[in-house]
Amino acid sequence: MTQTVQENLPGSSPPPAHGHHKPTTWKTYFTFCEDHKVIGIQYLVTSFIFYLIGGALAVGVRAELATPQVDVVSRELYNQLFTVHATVMIFLWIVPAGTGAFGNYLLPLMIGARDMAFPKLNAVAFWMIPPAGILLIGSFLVEAPASGWTSYPPLSLVSGQFGEMCWILSLLILGTSSILGAINFSTTILKMRRPGLQLTQMPLFCWAMLAASALMLISTPVLAGAMILLSFDLIVGTNFFNPAGGGEPVVYQHMFWFYSHPAVYIMILPVFGMISDILPVHARKPIFGYKAIAYSSLAISFLGLIVWAHHMFTSGTPPWLRMFFMVATMIIAVPTGIKVFSWVATIWGGKLRLNSAMLFSMGFVSMFVVGGLSGVMVASVPFDIHVHDTYFIVAHLHYVLFGGSVFGLYAGIYHWYPKMTGRMMSELWGKIHFVLTFIGFNLCFMPMHWLGLQGMPRRVAEYDPQFATVNLICSIGSFILAISTIPFVVNAVWCWVKGEKAPSNPWNAISLEWQTESPPIPTNWEGDPPLITDPYAYGLKPGRKAIGAIRGSDLWAAKP
Amino acid sequence: MNIPTTILTLLAGITITLLSLWLGQNNNLLPIAASDNAAGVDSLFNAMLAISVGLFFLVQGLIVIAAIKFRQQPGDESDGPPIHGNIPLEILWTAIPAVLVLGISVYSFEIYNQMGGLDPMDHSAHMKPAAVQVAMQTDAMAGGLLADGTSADPNRPNFAAGVGAKPGQMDPADVTVNVMGLQYAWIFTYPETGSVSGELHIPVGQDVELDITAQDVLHAFWVPQFRLKQDAIPGKTTQLRFVATQPGTYPIVCAELCGSYHGGMRTQVFVHTPEEYEQWKQTQIASGIETEAIAMAPPSDSQSDGEFLEPFAEAMAMDMSPEMMHQMHAGSSHS
Repeated sequence: MTQTVQENLPGSSPPPAHGHHKPTTWKTYFTFCEDHKVIGIQYLVTSFIFYLIGGALAVGVRAELATPQVDVVSRELYNQLFTVHATVMIFLWIVPAGTGAFGNYLLPLMIGARDMAFPKLNAVAFWMIPPAGILLIGSFLVEAPASGWTSYPPLSLVSGQFGEMCWILSLLILGTSSILGAINFSTTILKMRRPGLQLTQMPLFCWAMLAASALMLISTPVLAGAMILLSFDLIVGTNFFNPAGGGEPVVYQHMFWFYSHPAVYIMILPVFGMISDILPVHARKPIFGYKAIAYSSLAISFLGLIVWAHHMFTSGTPPWLRMFFMVATMIIAVPTGIKVFSWVATIWGGKLRLNSAMLFSMGFVSMFVVGGLSGVMVASVPFDIHVHDTYFIVAHLHYVLFGGSVFGLYAGIYHWYPKMTGRMMSELWGKIHFVLTFIGFNLCFMPMHWLGLQGMPRRVAEYDPQFATVNLICSIGSFILAISTIPFVVNAVWCWVKGEKAPSNPWNAISLEWQTESPPIPTNWEGDPPLITDPYAYGLKPGRKAIGAIRGSDLWAAKP
Repeated sequence: MNIPTTILTLLAGITITLLSLWLGQNNNLLPIAASDNAAGVDSLFNAMLAISVGLFFLVQGLIVIAAIKFRQQPGDESDGPPIHGNIPLEILWTAIPAVLVLGISVYSFEIYNQMGGLDPMDHSAHMKPAAVQVAMQTDAMAGGLLADGTSADPNRPNFAAGVGAKPGQMDPADVTVNVMGLQYAWIFTYPETGSVSGELHIPVGQDVELDITAQDVLHAFWVPQFRLKQDAIPGKTTQLRFVATQPGTYPIVCAELCGSYHGGMRTQVFVHTPEEYEQWKQTQIASGIETEAIAMAPPSDSQSDGEFLEPFAEAMAMDMSPEMMHQMHAGSSHS
C-alpha cells in the first residue's frame, strides 16, 4: 500500500521504511531537522520566547508611563525599550508564529503532503531567526536601537550607530527568512496538494497563507532595499535619506511602509485563516461563505499593497496622493467586513463548544472589529491629521495586532496543541488565561483611544499631568496582561509533559490534519492521505451519520 | 414571554441606532475646537464614531447572544444545521460596508477640501516680498547645516503640501510665521516684526500661515485644539494655514519621535484677541527682539548648548555665553 502512495504524491521523496526514522525527542528540536512539524514547533516555541521578552520590554514602557515624570528608566533607555518591543513583537513573534509556526506545521497536513516543498530551505529559514533575535536583543548590552521600529532618518542616522546597525542586520536576516518561508508556503500550496484536491477544497488557512506569501514575496525585498540604503547612509556617509547632504527622508518612509503596511496583513491573514478553520469545528457548523472568505483574503492581499502612504498623511505628501490612499484604505474594510460577518454567521445557530480555543476565537472577532473600525477612522485624512502619531494609533494598532493576531495565535495554540503534542491542555487554566487576557487587554488599550484624541503623542517618556490617571489605568491593564501569560505558560509546559493523552481527533474535526495520529508520524500518514473535498461538512444531512458517529474509515471511503 | 423574534430584532436595531446617534453627538472625546478646521473634523469624527458604535454593538451583540443562546447543551453531541452560505445575505453585507466607506470617503474628501488640504500651493502670487525676506532669514538660521536653499526660491521647489488655503481663497495669509523645529524646541520667527520667540503668538480670527521646517531631524507640529498636525522636515518647508477661532493658550506638541527628549518638546500657542495681539506686537517692536526663554530641554548629544544654538545666535541676537545658557535653562525648566 505504501508503494502506491509514493507514486501518487507529487514531488515528495518516498516515505522511508519504518524504523529508519529517528524518533522525535526533545533533542530533535535543537537540530537542523527538515521535518515540517519539527520546524513548525521550533518556530512556535522560539517566537513565543521572543514574545515573552517583547512583553517584558512593554512592561518596562508601561511602568515608565505610570507617572507623567521620567522616573523608572532613563529617556534613552525608554526609547530603546519601545523600539525593541515593537521590532520583537512584529518580526520575532507575530510574523514567525503566524506564518512560520502554523504555516509549516499545518500546510502539509491540510493538503495531504508529506512535507514542505523545500525542506532544507525551510530549516535554513528557521535557523536564521535565533541569531537575528539574539543580535537584536543582545544590542541592549552595548546600545540598543532607539529611533522607533520605523527608524525614520535623519533621527536613525544620529541616534547611535551600533544599535541602529544591529537593528538593520537583524531585520535583513529576518526578512530573508520570511522570503524563504514564503517561497516554501506558496510552492507547497500550489504544487504539493494531494492528487484530486482542488484549490477550492482546501481549508481556508491555506488560502490565507497563499495571500500572505504573495505579500511577503512582493514587499519584503523593498524593505531589504531600504535597510541596505539606510546602512550605507549610516556607515559610509552616503546621503540617500539624509537631507543634510541633499537626501530625501520621505523616500525612506515610502520604502519602509511599502513593506510595513503589507506586514500588517502578513501578520493578520494567517490568523484570519486559522479563525476560519477553528470556528466551524467548535460551532459544529460549516464555514459560512467559503468562497467569499477565500477570495476576500486575496482581495486584502492586493489592496494591502496599495495603501502604504496612509502612514504618511502628515509627511508632506501631495494632496491627490493622500486622497488615493485614503480611498484605497477604506475599501479594505469591505473584504474585511465580509470575513467578520461570515464568522458571525458561522457561529450563529451552531452548537458552540465554549472551550479555550473557541473563546479566544470569539474574542479575536470582537477585538479585531474594534481595531477595524478605528482603522476606517484613521484612514480618513482630516481625522488622521489630528490623531496621527498619537495614542489613538497605539490603541488602534494593538487592537489589530494584539486583539487580532495574538488572540488568534492563542486560539490556534489551544486548538492544535493536541495535534502538535499528543496531549490535551487544561481547559480550566485556559479559561482563566482568556478572562485575564481579555480584561487586561481592554483595560490597557481601550483608554488609549481617549488619550490620543485628547492630545497625548506616542513614543514619549514624559507627558502632560492631565493624562496621569488614565495612563495609570493603562499601566495596570498591561500588568494584568503580563500576569495573564503565566497560567498559559504553566498550562502549556505542564500539559506537554504530564497532560492527558490526546486522541487523534479530540474535536471531531473533519479537516485533513485531524485524520492522522496525534502527534502525526514523520511521514504524516501511514498510507494514502484521505481526500477530503469539504473540510467544513459539519451538520446533519438527511441520511447521513452524525459527525460524532463518523469513523475515519467513512471519510476515507468518501468519493472525490 | 412570547414576543416574536422579529419584534425583538427591530427593537434592538432601533436601540442600537439611537444609542449610536446619541453617542455620535454627545461623546466629549475631543478637546475644545479652537480653529476653523476643527468643526469639520469633529463632525466627521462624530459621524464615523456613530457608525462605528452601531457596527460595534451589532457584532458584539450577535457574538454575545450566540455565546448564550447557541452554546452546547449538556449531553448534546450533535451538529448545527448544515448552512454553507446565503448569497443575498453575503451581497447585503458586502454592499452595506461598501456604501458606508464610500460615504465616509466622500465626506472626508469634502472636509479635507474645505480645510484647504487640496490647495495645490503653486499660486505664484503667494510669495509676498516680506515672506521672501523671512525665507532667506530662515536660510541664514539654518546656515551651514542645510546646503540647499530651503524656501528662498519663489517657485518653492522644496515646498511640500500640508493644509493650505481654503478653496477660493487666493490672497496671502494675514499673518505668516516661520516655524523651525530642532532638538528639542520650536523657534518661531515673525517676519512682520523680525522677532523670534519660543512660543507662538497669533491673533484670533485672522488667517495664519505657518511655514514649517526642521533643522536636524523630523519633528511634527501639533496643536490638538486646532486638529492640525504637520511634519517638520529638514530641507523642506511644509505649510499649515488656518484661522484660530478661540482666544486662549493651547499646547504645541511634537508628535514625531525626535530623540530622547521628544516627550519634553512642548511649548504653547497664545491666541490673542486683536487688541492683545497688537499690544504684543508693539512690545516686540519696542524691545527689538524677544528674548523670552525658549522652552527647551538640554540636548542629549555631545554638542554643548552653545554649539547647538550657534546658528541661531545672530537671528536671536542672544549672547550664547555659558552664563546666558544657564539662565535660559533655569528660566525654562519644564515640569
